[in-house]
Amino acid sequence: MLDFYRRLYHALSRSSRDEETARPDGGVVSDGSVTDSSASEPGPIERLSSAADRRFGSDFIESTPFWLPPFLLMALFVYGAIIWNLLISLTDYQGFANAPDYSNLDLDNYARALADPGFIDAAVNTFILLIAFTVATLAVGLVLAILVDRGIRFENTFRTIYLLPMSLSFVVTAQFWLWMYNFNNGIVNRIIGVFGVGPVSWLGNQGIVLWAIIFALMWQFSGYAMVVYLAGLRAIPTEHYEAAQVDGASTLKMYWRVIIPQLKGATISAAVVLMVFAMKAFDFLYSLVGGYRPPNGADILATKMVREAYANLNWAYGAAIAIVLFAMALSVIGPYLVYEYRRNNL
Amino acid sequence: MSDRKIRTDGSGATVTGRLRRNVEGLTLEDVGLYVALLLMAGFYLVPIESGLVTSIKTGTAILETAPFAPPGSAGFTLEKWQTAIDALVRGMGNSLLYAVPATVISAAVGSLTAYGLTIPDWKVSYKAPLLAIIISGIFIPYQAVLVPLTQFWSQWVQLVQHLSFVWALGVPDDYAGIIELVITHVAYGIPICTLLFRTYYKNLSEEMIESARLDGASLRRVYQRIVLPLSGPMFAVVLIYQFTQIWNDLLFTLVLVSTESSPAAPVVLILAGLGTSMEGQDFALRMAGAFFAALPTLAVYIFFGDEFAEGVAA
Repeated sequence: MLDFYRRLYHALSRSSRDEETARPDGGVVSDGSVTDSSASEPGPIERLSSAADRRFGSDFIESTPFWLPPFLLMALFVYGAIIWNLLISLTDYQGFANAPDYSNLDLDNYARALADPGFIDAAVNTFILLIAFTVATLAVGLVLAILVDRGIRFENTFRTIYLLPMSLSFVVTAQFWLWMYNFNNGIVNRIIGVFGVGPVSWLGNQGIVLWAIIFALMWQFSGYAMVVYLAGLRAIPTEHYEAAQVDGASTLKMYWRVIIPQLKGATISAAVVLMVFAMKAFDFLYSLVGGYRPPNGADILATKMVREAYANLNWAYGAAIAIVLFAMALSVIGPYLVYEYRRNNL
Repeated sequence: MSDRKIRTDGSGATVTGRLRRNVEGLTLEDVGLYVALLLMAGFYLVPIESGLVTSIKTGTAILETAPFAPPGSAGFTLEKWQTAIDALVRGMGNSLLYAVPATVISAAVGSLTAYGLTIPDWKVSYKAPLLAIIISGIFIPYQAVLVPLTQFWSQWVQLVQHLSFVWALGVPDDYAGIIELVITHVAYGIPICTLLFRTYYKNLSEEMIESARLDGASLRRVYQRIVLPLSGPMFAVVLIYQFTQIWNDLLFTLVLVSTESSPAAPVVLILAGLGTSMEGQDFALRMAGAFFAALPTLAVYIFFGDEFAEGVAA
């Protein structure tokens, strides 16, 4: 594709240099200059490109073959699709019809969502999942990072073990946790049985199931939080530890007062990524039951959206739920990107 | 250790000294530290270990032995693995068929994009918003693009019709789904691949590139001769990260290939429905299937753990 683009570019600039084929196209007219091309003067495309280079920087035109085609592909699939999705959510598209009818747009699907108790439940569950999962995972990850950072032996082995679940698919970990939470033979019930509690139906009890899922997701992703925190800890100069120790602070106090406050950046970036993972928990819930309907009490917007669209064929309604989910994601990542942009991290 | 102490004579005095120092150095705090580390390691390994032992148990052994205990010789069977492999092996082939090309293409495209937006000299005030637009793409929930994606592939592009000459050769037309998956994964992989390469290219030595540019080397030449040869380590990171992501993803396969009975069904899609039947859930079969499906990513993780860690940390 790149080569094709380059050849096209060369072909265009050559033809514009050639007097007979040189025609003022739209771009040149808008350039505001009268075309009076002679062999010695640069052609319109070249003038346009040098104007662009002057405006954007010396390598601008030459660099476009590298980033423009991927940028357009990605923009089509991400931003084009989101706008399209917004449009579909305003139609009444459902059933086996091939395409939505865009002539009659209204907000009916959003009104329908607000009146749908299933939607409200899913939204609340998504919110709980987002907050509880992120906080728990960050906390566990921070503890792991501090433990691993104490100059231990076999550091690599421990780190590898802690990060292992993250390399597995949601589909795979869902199978493991289905077995862990099994009522009769699951390890979780065996362990709490030692303390004389249970057995508990972890995935069958509406009040508990969401927390059981949060715990399983925490198991899968706390290794990730550890890796991010570890990088943050390694960036703190050793003098800070030494100074705290000279002041006679206990280890616990040192971490709480001196070290943890310096991990703000790591916390923010890990939290954003974890929230995005949480919004994608669809794969896990789908695999738990092998179908579109998650256990009662664990429906989230991600699962409801796919179920409405692909099982019930309520395409437009599904699209509307997707827009709500997208707005939730935007409220998390928007401020984050502004924050990173201001700190010149992009 | 005590054995060695007893045998210590004059010449071994330093050994004893070192040993004593080691023992003394191991304070209560250190013991607590290692106990905590081991407990946490147990926490991460138990679900996996339990799955592994369960996958080789007979039906009665599952009921009679503890879920984390090995089956013993009477309760041992590889029958479930056999069934799981039979059910999943075609899915493995299908998964490789799209995961490998999609991984390679998205890494290459990510490298080019990051190069074009990092090394060439043009105004940061225009580059930065472009980068922000690309990088934001990492964070979108894919649900927000699913319905249009279905429309795009099924109504607009209609690969099934365009590739009729391929189906004429005897390839089932479900394999159009595989091509759709490759393009889709490449498109949605561009943001993360670009970000990973971008962080790497930002730290490349500028002097070499600048002097090459002053000598009149084109951007393409700089990429081929300087940047690409230096990108090896980052390619490892990106390839590993992308492969894991694409292999593990269920949502796109569900939407684009849709049924596990399709000849083009990827392994995750078959696994999600494996071992569920009217009689209840066959856990041994599910565990065997889970391990079999995870083998490629597990192998990648075990051999390239450091690159994987670097990929997720970025």
